[in-house]
Amino acid sequence: MHSNGQFLKDVAGFLGSYYTGLALMNAVAAYLLWRRSKQPALALAWTVFSAAMMILAGLALSGEERLVPKLPSAVTSLVNQLSGPVLYTLGTTALLTVLFVFRRFFVKPMVAWTILNGMLLLMGLSMADANFASIVMKPDNVPIVGLVFLLAFFTWVATKQAVVNDDRIAQGLPPMEKLDDEKVLVWPDLVYTELICMVAVSAFLLVWAIFLPAPLEEPASSVKTPNPSKAPWYFLGLQEMLVYFDPWYAGVVLPSLVIFGLMAMPYLDFNKKGNGYYSIAERKFSYLTFQFGFLELWITLIILGTFLRGPNWNFFGPFEYWSPYKVEVLNNVDLPQMFWVNLLDRPLPRAPQGSGTLAQIGYILLREAPGLLLLGAYLVILPPLLAVTVFRGFFAKMGFIRYMVMSNLMLLMLSLPLKMILRWTLNLKYLVSIPEFSLNF
Amino acid sequence: MAIGETIRNSQIWKSIFRHPMPLDRRNRIVVMLTNFFLHLHPVSIKKQGIALSFTWCMGGVTFFLFLVETVTGVLLMFYYRPTLEWAYNDILALRDVTSLGILRELHRWGAHAMVITTWLHMYRVFLTGSYKPPREFNWVIGVILLLLTLLLSFTGYLLPWDQLAIWAITVGSNMARATPFLGYEGPGQQLLTVGGIDMITDGSDARFGLLGARFVGEETLNRFYVLHCIAIPLAVALLLAIHFWRVRKDGGISGPL
Ligand code: HEM
Repeated sequence: MHSNGQFLKDVAGFLGSYYTGLALMNAVAAYLLWRRSKQPALALAWTVFSAAMMILAGLALSGEERLVPKLPSAVTSLVNQLSGPVLYTLGTTALLTVLFVFRRFFVKPMVAWTILNGMLLLMGLSMADANFASIVMKPDNVPIVGLVFLLAFFTWVATKQAVVNDDRIAQGLPPMEKLDDEKVLVWPDLVYTELICMVAVSAFLLVWAIFLPAPLEEPASSVKTPNPSKAPWYFLGLQEMLVYFDPWYAGVVLPSLVIFGLMAMPYLDFNKKGNGYYSIAERKFSYLTFQFGFLELWITLIILGTFLRGPNWNFFGPFEYWSPYKVEVLNNVDLPQMFWVNLLDRPLPRAPQGSGTLAQIGYILLREAPGLLLLGAYLVILPPLLAVTVFRGFFAKMGFIRYMVMSNLMLLMLSLPLKMILRWTLNLKYLVSIPEFSLNF
Repeated sequence: MAIGETIRNSQIWKSIFRHPMPLDRRNRIVVMLTNFFLHLHPVSIKKQGIALSFTWCMGGVTFFLFLVETVTGVLLMFYYRPTLEWAYNDILALRDVTSLGILRELHRWGAHAMVITTWLHMYRVFLTGSYKPPREFNWVIGVILLLLTLLLSFTGYLLPWDQLAIWAITVGSNMARATPFLGYEGPGQQLLTVGGIDMITDGSDARFGLLGARFVGEETLNRFYVLHCIAIPLAVALLLAIHFWRVRKDGGISGPL
């Protein structure tokens, strides 16, 4: 780790304006609460917060080690120690679940505003950590920080309206959107909105382009491999899946399935309700499936792959130095090994010397029988089994083909979290491992 | 005032805009029907369909970013040559020598932003259930647009020809090596032999088709340049035309029945 002193001087200007921005934002909020909503007590609270941010801005501007506000090192090292792929994945899942279950509470504007400020404050405090800042402020990573905040914001916007609509529908009223179905002329109402959007986006893009130079590293060299070597950020979820699956599945089959599954979605979702308005209660199954796939299996994996995977694709805590010398012990075992050697205490079945192709294939199948049977049961037996139990209603409504496509897509999507769990609990490397045909699963 | 009046009464002005200023109801309708750019829109629309809280204007913002990328991309093409000799140096010059030195920034950040807004647009379409009948097929077109947006970004990532570029593309395209049957390290490629000759080698597999070579080299740069500047943008433009047309034909922005 390098000296913190120079680093704090370098970021002083940025942090100072960051906290000033926070202060201004809350001053405006306080003003609106006071004048518009007539809630002086709340207005006072946010004024105090705004003043506190102004003080932090001053401290940050000093660039002095003992003044710049930051997380205590006890906290950062604890976070580093605790964090790992398991806690990260379970933690984000738990967080999303809590947000979903208690959505009525979290959509309240004051609650959401408090959380937003908490997130921004935490972000500012973390920025004073050289290791954290060096990853988050990499030019190509900045958009992902933006993505996280935008997604949080728009999920809030959508959920807020869905909660209102669900209440109205429960009372037999039409959704909010229905109240606004009087027609207006596109000129000026829509055309002007579009114009304003264009101006706003242009201004935003110009500011971004002026303040953040595009990255340009050394000229390309096919002999100097950087460590870590990362794909562009939008593919890092896929790269993260390489930890659990071979490239043919993580890099080719799964992405194709994602594309295919997205295209198939309108034809699989037979629920006629919830068309053209925000709603959760009316379409819980499709809502939860999509959110799990999008937020948990796509977005959080991208965040993990971008911010927490360092040299050799090792996991690093958010405040940890990306040392290329960090070693992680890998003692993952294949299922055939577990079954034949560890459980039955016998050598792996192997074709005798000089046997024909068929015999060899036979022995491979025997060796891989445990994994193949498990997979067969998962993909072949489970769908019909579900059709007569949990998904009975679905099966009746969807018909054979649609049901089969839906259930298989579902099971294949779940193959990722299941494989993660098997890896974490049993150190399982592959269920099926046929290097003879480059087929590992 | 008088000058404005004169201009608006001139033959030139009247030949361009075939109606008076859209100040009254009649002319606000006429403007939507006679202006090429505006006729993408309907004349009138349900209030709910233009509420920012409903559409987030995300499709519109994505389209606008696509236009920004087109314009800045054309300007960048004036300065950039996709060869091993020049690619990196031209990018350096763009930063150090060219006036209006934020062209590359606008294009790069615009591209990142477009990926994000495409996702957000898809997210809102999902959350409002707008993929349901009769809009199923427009969702499918959207998914293809999403894929093409990612490919646009991916092919563009290589062009600066720095370490970041070639290694990101190397990591990304290595996956193609493992394509079942068609990649030379993929499962089942052993089965594709004709008369004992292996059909799938590192010189004939899916990755080779993508890169035009066994590794990311000059052939790849040329291939990605053509894809990035011509092939994919044309495909996107065509699909966007269909996408917008379908929004209209499927009954405008979705809403409760
Ligand atoms: C290059 C990317 C895209 C552009 C420029 C684009 C543009 C637009 C625009 C301008 C609209 C009008 C309503 C709005 O702004 O929300 C729209 C509607 C729509 N888009 Fe896209 N889109 C893109 C990608 C997608 C994707 C990825 C999907 C879904 C996977 C999608 C599905 C739809 C659907 C179903 C509608 C109709 C929504 C409704 O009627 O409420 N589009 N698109």
